[in-house]
Amino acid sequence: MTLARLLAAALTGGMAIGATADPIVVGSKSFRESYVLGESLALLLQREGFDARHEQGLGGTKICYDALVAGEIDVYVEYTGTLAEGIFDIETPTAARLTVALAPDGVEMLPTFGFNNTYALAVSNAAASARGLATISDLAAHPDLRLAVSHEFLDRRDGWPGLQALYGLPHSPGGIEHSLAYRAIADGTIDGMDAYSTDGELTRYPLTVLADDRGFFPTYLAVPLARADLPPAARAVLTRVAGTLDEARMRTMNAAAVDDAAVRRVASEYVARIAGAPAGARAPDTAPNLWTRLGANTARHLMLVLSALVPATLVAVLLALLVFKIAWLSRSAVYLAGLLQTVPSIALLALLIPLVGIGVTPAVVALFLYALLPILRNAVTALGGIDPTLRRVATAMGLKPAEELRLVFVPLAMPAILAGVRTAAVITIGTATLAAFIGAGGLGDPIVTGLSLNDTRLILEGAIPAALLAVVTELVFEQVERALVPGHLRLRGA
Amino acid sequence: MTAAATPAVAFRGVGKWFAEGGARRSRSSHKWVLRHVDLMLPAGRTSALVGPSGCGKTTALQLVNGVYRADQGDIAVFGDPVPETNIHAFRRHIGYAVQGAGLFPHMTVAENAGLLARLERWEADAIAERQRELFELVGLEEALDDRYPHQISGGQQQRASLCRALMLKPRMLLLDEPFSAIDPITRTDLYQQFERLRDHERITTVLVTHDMREAMRLADHLVVMGDGGVVQAGPPDEVRAAPADEFVRDLLATAR
Repeated sequence: MTLARLLAAALTGGMAIGATADPIVVGSKSFRESYVLGESLALLLQREGFDARHEQGLGGTKICYDALVAGEIDVYVEYTGTLAEGIFDIETPTAARLTVALAPDGVEMLPTFGFNNTYALAVSNAAASARGLATISDLAAHPDLRLAVSHEFLDRRDGWPGLQALYGLPHSPGGIEHSLAYRAIADGTIDGMDAYSTDGELTRYPLTVLADDRGFFPTYLAVPLARADLPPAARAVLTRVAGTLDEARMRTMNAAAVDDAAVRRVASEYVARIAGAPAGARAPDTAPNLWTRLGANTARHLMLVLSALVPATLVAVLLALLVFKIAWLSRSAVYLAGLLQTVPSIALLALLIPLVGIGVTPAVVALFLYALLPILRNAVTALGGIDPTLRRVATAMGLKPAEELRLVFVPLAMPAILAGVRTAAVITIGTATLAAFIGAGGLGDPIVTGLSLNDTRLILEGAIPAALLAVVTELVFEQVERALVPGHLRLRGA
Repeated sequence: MTAAATPAVAFRGVGKWFAEGGARRSRSSHKWVLRHVDLMLPAGRTSALVGPSGCGKTTALQLVNGVYRADQGDIAVFGDPVPETNIHAFRRHIGYAVQGAGLFPHMTVAENAGLLARLERWEADAIAERQRELFELVGLEEALDDRYPHQISGGQQQRASLCRALMLKPRMLLLDEPFSAIDPITRTDLYQQFERLRDHERITTVLVTHDMREAMRLADHLVVMGDGGVVQAGPPDEVRAAPADEFVRDLLATAR
């Protein structure tokens, strides 16, 4: 066990996934091919009798790699070019160089699946035929083409900046979520985008892949990255994927993996093929039906929200009671909580992984931190705004400090405190959908999967219940306020 | 008042200052509100501290129940210094009512009036009995007891506030401008009620007011204050007969 793993276990009481040593956890990044390959590795291990689990859609490269190093996951599929550029900054990545670079992190590179999923630039067929575009060089003469690329591509030296420099491209593309880019290009909102050479969409959408005529893009061989402390038997099983997929096969598999169930089916067929057993021997369609999924996701979502909101309410109100009589302390507390609020949620989640791992714990911690501000600010403002005459009367008539709080200050501040908790609850319900990026589940799960599979039905399966949950929360708080606050003291129009 | 009786309140050389300009407290930026004040208030009588705003009369009142602490000198209440510990128990035996009544808006009239009795774990019957007695005494209709403060008039609020102050049968009553925010007709009515209360209960009362006419009418003992100290003290008739200086004479002129 690494130190980080011990720390994670200690901090979370075993709640973080992977904090208990037993099952082999396969991670995957938030895009379809990674889902398929992650699911495949998990199925392959299960078929060979290992206790293995697929932790799907953890986010980007950094989140996955950090989770691997921290021992939160045991294996995930990475690409050599991404490793060389995104993690290590190696100019010409060879297998030997990468192996040396990975060793100090306790990570081992296993043999490649065999396909090269390199970047490509794709333009709509309409634009290609209208302007005679065939190569990336051709783009330089058309500065009016609207390009949008994924955020990762926009930032990487082996992505847009290098490409632009080499080809002298005049465009300044915006950043866009990769799966949304296909929509945008189909709608005619943009003309060109980055693509991966194995994207299933390349076969489904009217796209022309531009030739990399000056050989800019490096190779991105798909390789399983495993922790060096993975049991040798499991490692041996994973090497069986070596050379089993080429680009065409991968593209077909990606194109077929249109939803969650299909991902499982595609992975199962692939595993059956390389393991030499008849396809479908393990029935892939164990996918629970819509209502079961909906119930499970909603329950998990509520659990996340309550686990964050209840402690946040207690902490924020107690803090407010401690500081409200001292003006500069109140201001500092509210500023500090506001500062937390400005950290983007995805960034906060990523920052928490080395500390508390992936899964429920970092999600709850992040949601807790976000919920503090609205509650704290409302409570401090309301308590500080209590009529000074009433405060003096409370003291002068002989109430003890605790009685002052319980009988006078808290009841008078209650409407504003409730409004703060209500705001925090609605924010938390929304933000909790992002928790799916780090494997915490909830209603964000279908949204994240739906985004990467470009599946509107799945997105709605998460988005509609989340919105309903927010509405129900509002109604519940109205009832709570009715019960706790006399009519004439209720806030209007809150 | 016999000469040997212990005074209800005795100030000896009392001084009190406040920091000026916010939180930063330094000796250089403080302002003395009271300086070298000697004061004797008789037990069982109504004393009025009267003077213009800023003369320190409200500060003096809050030194009596320990809401403020003196920076100089000694304060004795019924012969004993204001306690350092368990100040809450001490304050519960000193009733307190302010301008604008200061009723808690989230409690009904009865809840306001009975608050301290409930904290002292009185039986519900005893609280109800005492409440009836006090409502009668201050002239408050029984039916108002389940109203919230915003549902009753300013005069009714002030009566309810007096009930709250008197609930535990305190040894002393501190009143900080209780009649100031009341319309003149209601005020006259309240004066009569207060005089009945004064003559009936014989409770030691300290009334802070800027209104000389009110002070002359209600007080047995008058303390005229001006700019951080006592200018003249004595029975109203004596003060009227022999004003100590021009300042007192001018104040008396406002009471004609």
